[in-house]
Amino acid sequence: MEKTKINITDEVAIHISDMNKWFGNFHVLRDINLEVRRGERIVVCGPSGSGKSTLIRCINRLEEHQKGSIIVDGTELTTDLKNIDKIRSEVGMVFQHFNLFPHLTTLENCTLAPMWVRETPEKEATEIAMEMLEKVKIPEQAHKYPGQLSGGQQQRVAIARSLCMKPRIMLFDEVTSALDPEMIKEVLDTMIQLAEEGMTMICVTHEMGFARQVADRVIFMDDGQIVEQNEPEEFFKNPKSDRTKLFLSQILGH
Amino acid sequence: MMTKIAFVRKKEIPPSAPPITEVGLIGWLRQNLFSSWLNSILTVLSVYFIVIILWDFIPWAYGGHWNTKSLRECLDLDPDVACFSVLTARWKQLLFGLYPAEEYWRPTLTFIFLLLAIVPILFPKFFRFFWFSIIYPGLAVWLLWGGSFWSISIVYIGLTLGALFFLTLIRRYLKNYMIAAILAFLFTAVFFLFISNPLVGLLNVILPISLPFVESLKMGGFTLSLIVGVTGIVASFPIGILLALGRQSNLPVIKMICVGFIEFIRGVPLITLLFVASVLLNYFLPPGTNFDIVLRVVIMVTLFSAAYMAEVIRGGLAGLPLGQHEASASLGLTYWQSQRLIIMPQALKISIPGIVNTFIGLFKDTTLVSIISLRDPVGLASTIRADQKWNGIYWELYVAIGLMFFIFCWGMSQYSQYLERKLKTDK
Repeated sequence: MEKTKINITDEVAIHISDMNKWFGNFHVLRDINLEVRRGERIVVCGPSGSGKSTLIRCINRLEEHQKGSIIVDGTELTTDLKNIDKIRSEVGMVFQHFNLFPHLTTLENCTLAPMWVRETPEKEATEIAMEMLEKVKIPEQAHKYPGQLSGGQQQRVAIARSLCMKPRIMLFDEVTSALDPEMIKEVLDTMIQLAEEGMTMICVTHEMGFARQVADRVIFMDDGQIVEQNEPEEFFKNPKSDRTKLFLSQILGH
Repeated sequence: MMTKIAFVRKKEIPPSAPPITEVGLIGWLRQNLFSSWLNSILTVLSVYFIVIILWDFIPWAYGGHWNTKSLRECLDLDPDVACFSVLTARWKQLLFGLYPAEEYWRPTLTFIFLLLAIVPILFPKFFRFFWFSIIYPGLAVWLLWGGSFWSISIVYIGLTLGALFFLTLIRRYLKNYMIAAILAFLFTAVFFLFISNPLVGLLNVILPISLPFVESLKMGGFTLSLIVGVTGIVASFPIGILLALGRQSNLPVIKMICVGFIEFIRGVPLITLLFVASVLLNYFLPPGTNFDIVLRVVIMVTLFSAAYMAEVIRGGLAGLPLGQHEASASLGLTYWQSQRLIIMPQALKISIPGIVNTFIGLFKDTTLVSIISLRDPVGLASTIRADQKWNGIYWELYVAIGLMFFIFCWGMSQYSQYLERKLKTDK
């Protein structure tokens, strides 16, 4: 399948420069420099503990960085709560363990943030929610509770919930890692569809097939640093660093 | 020789009914009462003990006397059965304490209104009647203590005006909630300091509505238990939530205050607090202040159970996965929005058994006020037994009081189980 690259614009969506983060004394992110353009689709991979999840969690300030700067959509992330809430409402995030709100129905999960954060009227929020649930192909589950859905369905609801906020950037944090093999495909298909529509995406994932198919750029991280980044074709065919070669041989070798 | 491992299913096995010994009454008995030798022995022993207790209790209670004049008369008639006459003679006192007899309709009406006022809170179906639950506290205070109708209403009028003032500011002039809240607070304070008294005086002249005043020391019996218990329950719940949130706060000062409060109050026996309320507070307050004794007790009981409530709710908060906080933050919800819409509904649901446990404990602890010579049912029991006519009676009185408490507590327990079933969303 041929990738569409026409979506990528010159506009900068995320600009990270010399960013450092520590957990106590542990230096988890070191001198991260990354520029993401609007419409770009990035896959971040690397061994566990390499800081890839922490990196994307810094982008919507679920983690605080201690040095350097992160600018999202022209707004710099500082301790200013207003900026943080604004950025969070424009950056959608999907988690490994779905994190749906179990006390609300699927539909309520989707309408809650638009109604309270964007102050969208309930009727309109419901329309948007149903549209998004149709997009992830589960409108018939709208009135069920998350606990009544399968893992794959829950993860698709989580994607729909983020989309209801009409985000300009989507962050995916190992969204298929907690799923049964039979359900991974349905979630990946949703993500591929989203990628084809030109959403700016950063995906932390081990799904190398997905990376090949949709990514514009693959980033490999180890020990809190960006070790290598390249177009997927080149990245998989001719990895430059030994560390990347080792990693790829381990995950593609069987 | 190798075993053959290849296998292909030839025909499908249809589902069939379970064996007859596993279902119905016989199945239930086998599984639950006679599943093993030990179980069977325990079943037989339990039945034996239940039978011998009822064997004595039923004739004692069923044949009881209801219409004698004194315990002596009962014993002369038949010493082996209950003497419920004490209840016939003194039931009004057990219910109303020393409340003036011609005003009994007031606590009765308050109780009926109480039942009506809690319906919209307990059952969302009736939420449209919630306004009654809001006006109920004022109504109850006025009915029970009496005095001018306007001096209670003025509190509502003042608070409503303050709220309207706040809303107008927000809608028309200001965007900053903090400043609007401070201004509205000042406005309300000015109203209560300078305007409310003359206004009450004026209203009393124009339209005098009032009930005879009944002082707090006249409150007693189950009326008193319910006043202290219900107020304590209603007030300790929100305070408990705030304390639990405060204890988890990132702001060190707030956290320290909350932890200090909770640990101090939990570490002190309720009786000590009640003594402080009844005796010590008078030393600290300026001489001549008449700080109502029932109010003092209510405050102490509320603080006491709020500390327990905070810990119960903190348990619920700790039971929530971190992902819930992260998901609501990632959607752009503010701290208070996420607490109100995501965190608290789930934390409170987890804590229902503990919360109701605290409520039940609080309600029964109201009997401790008898120690500081308030006349709750247990205190009254001593008074009644001090009467020459009923000297020596105890079973009948305490069984009746216990039964009354049991009805209320059992009701709370049943409601909590109903609520848990209703809020179950995973199946």
